[in-house]
Amino acid sequence: MSRRAVITGVGVVAPGGIGTKAYWKLLSEGRTATRNITHFDASPYRSRMAGEADFDPVREGLTPQEIRRLDRAAQFAVVAGREAMSDSGIEFDQLDPGRIGVSLGTAVGCTTSLEREFIVGSDRGKYWEVDQSYAVPHLYDYFTPSSMATELAWTVGAEGPVSVVSTGCTSGLDSVGYAAELIMEGSADVVVTGGTEAPLSPITVVCFDVIRASSTRNDDPTTACRPFDKTRDGLVLGEGCAIIVLEELEHARARGAHIYGEIGGFASRCNAYHMTGLHPEGIEMSDAINIALKQARADATDVGYINAHGSGTKQNDLHETAAFKRSLGAHAYKTPVSGFKSMIGHSLGAIGSLEIVGSLLAFEQDLIPPTANLHEPDPECDLDYTPLVAREKKVNTVLTVGSGFGGFQSAMVLKKVEGAGR
Amino acid sequence: MTRAVVTGIGIASPNGLGPTAYWRATLHGEAAIRPITRFDSANYWAKIAGEVPGFEAGRHLQGRLLPQTDHMTRLTLVGTDWALRGAGVQPNDIPDTDIAVITAATAGGYEFGQRELQKLWHQGPEYVSAYQSFAWFYAVNTGQISIRHGTRGPGAVVVSEQAGGIDSIGHARRQLRKGVQLALTGGMDSSLCPWAWVAHQASGCLSRNNNPKRAYLPFDRDASGYVAGEGGAIMVVETPESAAGRPGTRIYGEIVGYASTFDSKMPSREPGLKRAAELALRDAGMDASEIDVVFADAAGIPELDKAEADAIKAIFGPYGVPVTAPKTMTGRLFAGGGSLDVASAILSIYWSAIPPTVNVENVVPEYELDLVLNEARHGKIKAALVLGRGKGGFNSAMVVREYR
Repeated sequence: MSRRAVITGVGVVAPGGIGTKAYWKLLSEGRTATRNITHFDASPYRSRMAGEADFDPVREGLTPQEIRRLDRAAQFAVVAGREAMSDSGIEFDQLDPGRIGVSLGTAVGCTTSLEREFIVGSDRGKYWEVDQSYAVPHLYDYFTPSSMATELAWTVGAEGPVSVVSTGCTSGLDSVGYAAELIMEGSADVVVTGGTEAPLSPITVVCFDVIRASSTRNDDPTTACRPFDKTRDGLVLGEGCAIIVLEELEHARARGAHIYGEIGGFASRCNAYHMTGLHPEGIEMSDAINIALKQARADATDVGYINAHGSGTKQNDLHETAAFKRSLGAHAYKTPVSGFKSMIGHSLGAIGSLEIVGSLLAFEQDLIPPTANLHEPDPECDLDYTPLVAREKKVNTVLTVGSGFGGFQSAMVLKKVEGAGR
Repeated sequence: MTRAVVTGIGIASPNGLGPTAYWRATLHGEAAIRPITRFDSANYWAKIAGEVPGFEAGRHLQGRLLPQTDHMTRLTLVGTDWALRGAGVQPNDIPDTDIAVITAATAGGYEFGQRELQKLWHQGPEYVSAYQSFAWFYAVNTGQISIRHGTRGPGAVVVSEQAGGIDSIGHARRQLRKGVQLALTGGMDSSLCPWAWVAHQASGCLSRNNNPKRAYLPFDRDASGYVAGEGGAIMVVETPESAAGRPGTRIYGEIVGYASTFDSKMPSREPGLKRAAELALRDAGMDASEIDVVFADAAGIPELDKAEADAIKAIFGPYGVPVTAPKTMTGRLFAGGGSLDVASAILSIYWSAIPPTVNVENVVPEYELDLVLNEARHGKIKAALVLGRGKGGFNSAMVVREYR
């Protein structure tokens, strides 16, 4: 009998509030949490806005050692991981640790800490030969992002398969897809998965500045990210983390767990086109959608809601709109679509997992969060993008997609599981 | 179950470029750990590394790729070209959506990244390269391979420190089982720039001995850490049916077992390496007695060496199987190390010889290991077990076997 992967716990650190409740409140009210950057002096940069999380590691229960040792993204993962564990109701210490896995997504890892230590060691870039005497003891943990998977694995007590999946901006979807594969193939019964990112440091801001991918609406940061709107002018960075407890269906049923939904299908595609560019036809994203739907044994007409990538760039909006039409045909026009980045910004390797969690909560609440800041629809984007206000709708199947540098296109189908009440 | 065979091997190693040069050097025990030349190491306490010599990216790659790639990506792209060529894969032989690209990363393109960080902080934001956004991130190699070869199938990047090179191949096999015909997989790593070097030194794992012959001595009573290197292997892994579509394609061997585990933080729990090996054997449907050689992780750190020796002894018995660590010639190659070990194991089977472990003189007697020292051991090899560990608790194991 085939094994199925279901979600039984979620935890969130996001702009606008810590915890799943605050996150859902923001999404369901269609509020935005993007603002001028406060983490560092952003005045030299072209785009000076971001979705920042008001995260106080002390209040979230991290020890002084953890706070010093861990990059902010790893701190997010530990805090969201604890919420997800507790939400799942699993007694983790009662499970066989060898059957617990971890799969964590991140695009740029511990860049913020790497940059901070670079500034010290090179005396603000003065010396090519970075001074070894300034190296902090945990520098190597910042060097390799797998250190964050280690931290999460320690948090949950995992001794099964553990790794980071790093595929740029689709990392948060791909890590969960990888986790689902571990469960389906039988390598683990529980996999704690998701994505985390805290990229708000000068080098990451500059990366998007120099290719003019980010918005310059610096005088109006709360409405700067405008996916599918003809006045859009680019993405707004963000930070955050969502951790998801994935569990094998029978394992979850045996303990009477609350089941948010099932990972029905997942697929990723390379577009073989350009490291940062997208082809307007959306063929590879559409391929990924078709495979994910097929795996989920769902028809295009079953999709009740599409959680879009919605990064706020014209090329993305045209790309994914074309992909939705290519895969769903006429049904694409009848399906509500929305993009969370309009509210929380683009947290790179975390956003895919944040979008999965938001979509699962939409199942629970029969409510589809809107696309914020969508006042003047782009005539070239002619689907129903759920502008400004959330919409009540009972949904049984959600399609969520992601698109990232490197040409990665991913799609996941989430399905409600019948007979899974709390 | 869908089978996975290796038909192409692209290698860039400190002791050889390409599978033939690498294998010849490796069988002869040619060590390539030397004083660092890529940057001035005078002010760092660790001064030796395994550098890939004679690699001129401009001879192999179009000029337009050079300004947008780190050294590790150039090694990856060239390695991939060689693997495809060896496998005889021509464009359009295989539908582009039936090719997956699964690579491993430990670090990103940090030499490129250091240069851009320096420009940002010393000269200003307007000096930063437009390629920075992707040239230094962990996903770059998979993306660049896909673009170079027009592959439109699944893509992924697995990061589990030095175990990742094995994990990427395991994940590639998963893609074959999900329906793709062929996967380009493995890892190439390079982080030989001052900024990365300072991080390597901070890991606490590098040897403080700067004598190339005495620095990296796994299982030796004088083990004092390891030496960092660059390079790795990219392989073509495909289904036998896919290989049969190109008559005359050489099949080096088959990937028959894979598993990964993680070490608990609690010292009371047994390290996970033995469990990974057992699970990989079970996945292969094989008994330990069928394994002819173990390619060890060979950390070169006494407590890790002991843990690995314990695991090998528990599975195979004292002196129960030949064990080797050709990485003593090259240093540890991070994301590239695990995949190069799998490539070496496959080549061992193909050429019926076990490459030696060099420089080790005094194996700790309590380890009770049959370590293949100094000279290659010739004879039929039907199956090999490859072990890999990553800092932070990652363990991976892969079983490869002759194809029949």
